[in-house]
Amino acid sequence: MKAPRLTDTTLRDGSHPMRHQFTREQVASIVQALDRAGVPVIEVSHGDGLAGSSLQYGFSHTSEFDLIETARSHAERAKIAALMLPGIGTRQELKEAVARGIQVVRIATQCTEADVSEQHFGLAKELGLETVGFLMMAHIRPPEVLAEQAKLMESYGADCVYIVDSAGAMLPADAAARVRALKEALSVQVGFHAHNNLGLGIGNTLAALEAGADQIDGCLRGLGAGAGNAATELLAAVLDRLGLNPGLDVFGLMDAAEYIVAPIMPFQPFPDRDAITIGYAGVYSTFLLHAKRAGAQYGVDPREILVELGRRQAVAGQEDWIIDVALDLSRRHAASARKETSV
Amino acid sequence: MQADKVKVAILGSGNIGADLMYKLLRQPGPMELALVAGIDPASEGLARARQLGIATSANGIEAILADPEIRIVFDATSAKAHVRHAKLLRESGRIAIDLTPAARGPYVVPPVNLGEHLRAANVNLITCGGQATIPLVYAVSRVTPVRYAEMVSTVASRSAGPGTRQNIDEFTFTTARGLEAIGGAREAKAIIILNPAHPPILMRNTIYVMPEGDFDEVAVQDSVAQMVADVQHYVPGYRLKNLPVVERRATPWGERPVIIMLLEVEGAGDFLPPYAGNLDIMTAAARRVGELFAAYLLKTLEVTA
Repeated sequence: MKAPRLTDTTLRDGSHPMRHQFTREQVASIVQALDRAGVPVIEVSHGDGLAGSSLQYGFSHTSEFDLIETARSHAERAKIAALMLPGIGTRQELKEAVARGIQVVRIATQCTEADVSEQHFGLAKELGLETVGFLMMAHIRPPEVLAEQAKLMESYGADCVYIVDSAGAMLPADAAARVRALKEALSVQVGFHAHNNLGLGIGNTLAALEAGADQIDGCLRGLGAGAGNAATELLAAVLDRLGLNPGLDVFGLMDAAEYIVAPIMPFQPFPDRDAITIGYAGVYSTFLLHAKRAGAQYGVDPREILVELGRRQAVAGQEDWIIDVALDLSRRHAASARKETSV
Repeated sequence: MQADKVKVAILGSGNIGADLMYKLLRQPGPMELALVAGIDPASEGLARARQLGIATSANGIEAILADPEIRIVFDATSAKAHVRHAKLLRESGRIAIDLTPAARGPYVVPPVNLGEHLRAANVNLITCGGQATIPLVYAVSRVTPVRYAEMVSTVASRSAGPGTRQNIDEFTFTTARGLEAIGGAREAKAIIILNPAHPPILMRNTIYVMPEGDFDEVAVQDSVAQMVADVQHYVPGYRLKNLPVVERRATPWGERPVIIMLLEVEGAGDFLPPYAGNLDIMTAAARRVGELFAAYLLKTLEVTA
C-alpha cells in the first residue's frame, strides 16, 4: 500500500445535511483549517454538484460560485474542486466555476451511463483542469461492467476514476473487487468514495486502499449525506497508524472537526434506523432527509419509502420519486385500513 | 394525389423515423405518407417501409426535393443534418417539422401554441421532456402567473440514444427555455436522469410549479385535467399518477406553496417499446403537428387569430 491522496468533501457532500445552507464565513474557516492541516484537495459546491440548487434537491443559501471564490482565496496550498452531474449541471456552469477558481472537476454519472460525460471531460481538459470521473451507485453493477464504464471516462480524459458507493451499500469485499477491476483496466488513477450507512465508511476505504486505490474521500466529522462519509480526521489517524500518512496534521484535523464543523452541524450524521435502511436497501444517501420529510407529510415510515425506492431501482438524483412512493404507500395504507374497518 | 390528402415524407429511417411511419399509417388523418427517405439502404426502417409498400429512397433529401407533390417533411435525422435540410426545404417551399434539436423554426407544443405557427415554414418540437412537461406548466400559467417552474425527466437508459447522450446539456437548456417561452414560467430549470433499471422504467416526469402569488387550487386542478385530456388525444399513454399536490417549500423567494405533478408517459408501442414514452411523445406530437398543418393546407381548419 502507498499513501493515498485525500480529497475533503465536507463543503460538497456535507451540503446535504446542511440543507445547502453553507455561508461564506463557514467556507472560509473550514478551508483555512483543511489547508493548514495539509489536505491537498477541497471540494466545494452544491451537494448535487454545480447547478444543483433547485426545488428537486433544495436551494442553496449562497451561490456555489461565491463559495468557490471564498474557498480559493483562503487556500494557500490546497486545490479547489467542484462536482458536476451531467443532466443537472452543464458546461456553462463548469466555465463559471473555473472563472471563480476551481482547479479540479469531478464529473459524476450513474455507473452505467459514463457516455453522457464526454463533452464535459472534453471542455475540462481544454480549460486545463485536473479531471476525476465519478461512477455513482457503483454497488448496482459488477466489477467488469464498472471497468468498461471507467475506460470510457479514461478515454474522454479522466485523470482518475472513482468507485462511488453512493448508497453506502457495499461490504469491504465489494469495494475491494470494484477498485481492483479498475486498477487492472485503467492506466490512470483509481479512487474510492464511501458512505457510512452500514458503519463501513472507514472499513471500506481501507479495503479500497488494500486493493490499490490511489485517492480517497473524507468529510470532517463525517458530515455528508445519509450516515455521512468516512471522517477525514479519522482517516488521518488511521493512515498515520498504518504508516501511510500523506502529510496530514492529525491533531489539526481533529481540532477542525471538533471546533469548526461540529458546532455548525444541524445533527450528527450517524447510522440510525433510516440511514441503515439506505445502505440495506441500496438507495442514494441523499434520499435520507427527503424521505423523512415525505414520511412526515404523508404519514408513512421513511424506511418503507426507502425500501420501495430500492425495489423500483431508483438511482442518483431521483428525489422526486420519493413523493410518488410516499403517495402510493399512503394510499395503499388507507385502502387496507378501509378494508379492515369494513370487515 | 387524393384531393383530400396532403402528401408527406419522413426524412430519416432510424428508430424515430420508423416509429413515426407506423403512426402515420395507423392514423393518417388528412396526410398521405408518400416517401420514407434515409441514407442507409440497409437500414431496418427502409426495409420495413418497403415491406409496407411505401416508396423509399436511400438518397437522403434528394428524392423529397424531386417530388413537388410532397408538401410536409418530418425531419428525424440529426441537428447537424437538419441545418442543411431546413435551407433546402425552405427554398423549395416545403413545410419542415423538425424532430431534431436544431431549432431553426419556432418551438411548438400542439395543444399550447401550434395555432400561432400554422403559417411557419419550419417548426421545432423542442425535446421529449419539453413535449411532456410544457403543457402542464402552461395549464397552470393560464390560470395564475408562474414565478418558477422546474421539471425532472427520468428516462430508461435504453431509450436514450447517442444523440441525447452527446447533447445532454442542450436538452437541459432547450427544455428550460421552452418552459419559459411556451410554458409561461418567468424562470425555469430542467434536469434529466437516465435510469438503467431492468426491466426498463416508463418515462417519468416531475413538474414543480411555483405561482407568483395566491392561486385558486380548484381552477388549477381543472385546467391541468383539461390539458391532460388534450394531450391524451394524441398521446394515449400520457397520464398523471396523482392529482397535483401542493407542498410548502423553502425557496429563494421565501417559503412558498409549490404545485407538484407526477407524470408518466407510456409509449403506444408502434415500433419502439412502450417504456420509451420519451420517444413516443415526440413522434406522436410530430404526427399531430403534421395533421394540423395538412388540415390547414386543405383549408379544413378554421384558424382563430
